[in-house]
Amino acid sequence: MKDASPAKPYALHLGVIALLFALSFVLPDYHHGLLARIMVLAVFAMGYNMLFGYVGLLSLGHAMFFAAGLYGAGLAVIHLGWSVPAAFAVGILCGAVLSLVIGVLALRTSGVAFMIVTMMFAQVFYLVMLYLASWTGGDQGMVVPQPARVLSFGATSLELTNPTVRYMSALALFSIVLLVTLAIVRSRYGRVLVAIRENEERTKMLGYDTFSNKLAAVVVSGTICAASGAAYALLFGYVGSSFASVQYSILPLLWVLLGGAATTLGPLVGTLFMYYVVDITSGYTSAYLLIVGIALILLVLFFPKGILGTIRHRWLGWLP
Amino acid sequence: MADKNGFFDLSKTNLTRRTALKGLAAGAGLAVAPGFVRYSQAQSSAPIKIGFQSHRTGIGAAYGRWYEKTTAAAIKAINDAGGINGRPVEVIIEDDGTDPGRGAEVVGKFATQHKTDIVFGTLFSHVVIGSAPAAGEAKMPYFVVSEGHHVASTKLNRYVFQPGITDVKSQIQSMAPWIAANAGKKVTQIFPDFAFGYDHRDYLPPALKAQGAEVIAQIAIPPTESSFTKYFPQIPAETEVIYHVMVGPAVLTFVKELGEFYGSNRPQLFGFIDSLEATDINSPGLEFLDGSHFWEGSPRYAQPDDSAAQKAYRAAVGIDDNGAAVGDPKDVSTAAHMFGCWETLYVVKKAMEDAGYKGPEDRAKLVEATEALTEFAEGPEHPQGPKTFNGKIHQCFGIQNISKVEGGRLNVVHKTKIEDGLYEPEGDYTTQPL
Repeated sequence: MKDASPAKPYALHLGVIALLFALSFVLPDYHHGLLARIMVLAVFAMGYNMLFGYVGLLSLGHAMFFAAGLYGAGLAVIHLGWSVPAAFAVGILCGAVLSLVIGVLALRTSGVAFMIVTMMFAQVFYLVMLYLASWTGGDQGMVVPQPARVLSFGATSLELTNPTVRYMSALALFSIVLLVTLAIVRSRYGRVLVAIRENEERTKMLGYDTFSNKLAAVVVSGTICAASGAAYALLFGYVGSSFASVQYSILPLLWVLLGGAATTLGPLVGTLFMYYVVDITSGYTSAYLLIVGIALILLVLFFPKGILGTIRHRWLGWLP
Repeated sequence: MADKNGFFDLSKTNLTRRTALKGLAAGAGLAVAPGFVRYSQAQSSAPIKIGFQSHRTGIGAAYGRWYEKTTAAAIKAINDAGGINGRPVEVIIEDDGTDPGRGAEVVGKFATQHKTDIVFGTLFSHVVIGSAPAAGEAKMPYFVVSEGHHVASTKLNRYVFQPGITDVKSQIQSMAPWIAANAGKKVTQIFPDFAFGYDHRDYLPPALKAQGAEVIAQIAIPPTESSFTKYFPQIPAETEVIYHVMVGPAVLTFVKELGEFYGSNRPQLFGFIDSLEATDINSPGLEFLDGSHFWEGSPRYAQPDDSAAQKAYRAAVGIDDNGAAVGDPKDVSTAAHMFGCWETLYVVKKAMEDAGYKGPEDRAKLVEATEALTEFAEGPEHPQGPKTFNGKIHQCFGIQNISKVEGGRLNVVHKTKIEDGLYEPEGDYTTQPL
């Protein structure tokens, strides 16, 4: 659906960014720290949403892109002593290259086969990280040294371990990715992706090279996920194979489904919702996953398109 | 869409009431969420708050449950005896799901929401390593009960301590003299192909070599493996001892298949009880282990020469002579490790008292006071045995037990000396700023 005026969506997105900025000054310490983490992981979900929501390709292997960024950035600091910006760039590059290679191979399949192939590649990636334990720390993982997690600008330096710096860094990454995804989905290219999702054969017939478009989407998606992983390593100081495990391929799917697939803000809403349900319920019972499960069932029943997807369907048709 | 076709059609339901109820529920949830409660209290009488990072769910759940029981018993004993610096001690538990990502969040939650004085109790190495940066950044003393070598490797930070249980490098080194003298000189290792196995892979060969024995083969088993028969032909025929440290649910299959492979004519077997913590040694399939030997941190079964302190500790925690929960023989404890919770809490008590600890502003003093500790005498506070503590590497050293499986129980046949497990420090945390 084409909206004549881009003002509303951009105003909403800028408003969300402004709200997150303002929250930095009022949130209690714990929620401040948690929200920084949620924003970084929401970027992961946004990357996932790019492929799943807009192209309709359900991947079960996105943990490898997140972990490629995580390891790329983390190991560059740990083993090579690189600066934070260089390590961040390496992390993103690792994700871009990996997603290009995986995309070329996995896009030969579709549907269930695509799920299985991406899952298998992610499993290979996970086992390789375990196998290379002398460099990656294997299942135990490695700490990114605190003194190295500093952003230097000439004479001034910002410690990424400082809660405010960390929050603002996470917000900056989140804002950039949010606005980039908004621009993409509103662009001609974004419309082509949706067309592929809705009817690939017809899109082909209209003269579009669907393979190239899908490959570009895999690379954009993988690169965004790697940016999230790289930020996670640098902001929170740990790299480990658990982030490459299948659990971290399922989580972004869950966050996106909850928040609303093919909505730009859905990944943030889903990640936020899931984090707080787990955080609050785990304070009351060790059976919190049961409550999470019930919450998910209720959501599927009452919000089958996810929270924002349903809101768009019912009330706000202009939501991107 | 399905939601427009009947029962779940919101347009036909009382949306206003539901929305109101949801709003109320959400509001109530937020209102009772601990983070939104701000309060102050007089420090002199307020409890000392210990954040317990527990593996309540995930792969570490069996350990987590027993770590909680042991911790509860130790806290009761400490409070009954007047608390710490005259203040009661309160434990706040958060589940980390045995996940390093969640572990770091939990440490952050203790530091900024619960505002605990310390964080304590983590077992699994990847959770410790994942959480350590958060502890260091929050300048939160973090007392782990993990037995990993990560603390002593000095790769973590100045706020992480392991004063209640020895590390795996020390444990392995202590086993070598006994293995070489009693089990055999030619050893084949079978270990899981991940970090826990690598500690054994890396530390055993030099330790055995120093005793005139040797590792003649190392067989790493991938973590995804569920059947092991195909690996057994790799065991050299001249093997005198099989040193095995398989862990996880596959261990029963591993032992069963090893038994089928060798029959009655097997080499000596030596393992780490980590494989069988919280598992009944008399489980079907484990018969093949009869006559084999295990490392135990603290003995699972009551021993004839148990000290009064050991007996009191077992009674306080609630384990019977077979190492199972009193009243539930099937609920087997993680006795070889969980004593570390008890002993760590007494180290915290001692360090807080030495530091004159009053509140979070004294955390740096607490770190220095802990680093200044040098030894812990055997007794009610340290029922597993005497220990020394190296403040530079934040790690304690103690005795180890070697037990033989006989008549369906584990009998201690040898106790090592503290000196057997000492090694050259690999760094010095005290040079790091506080």
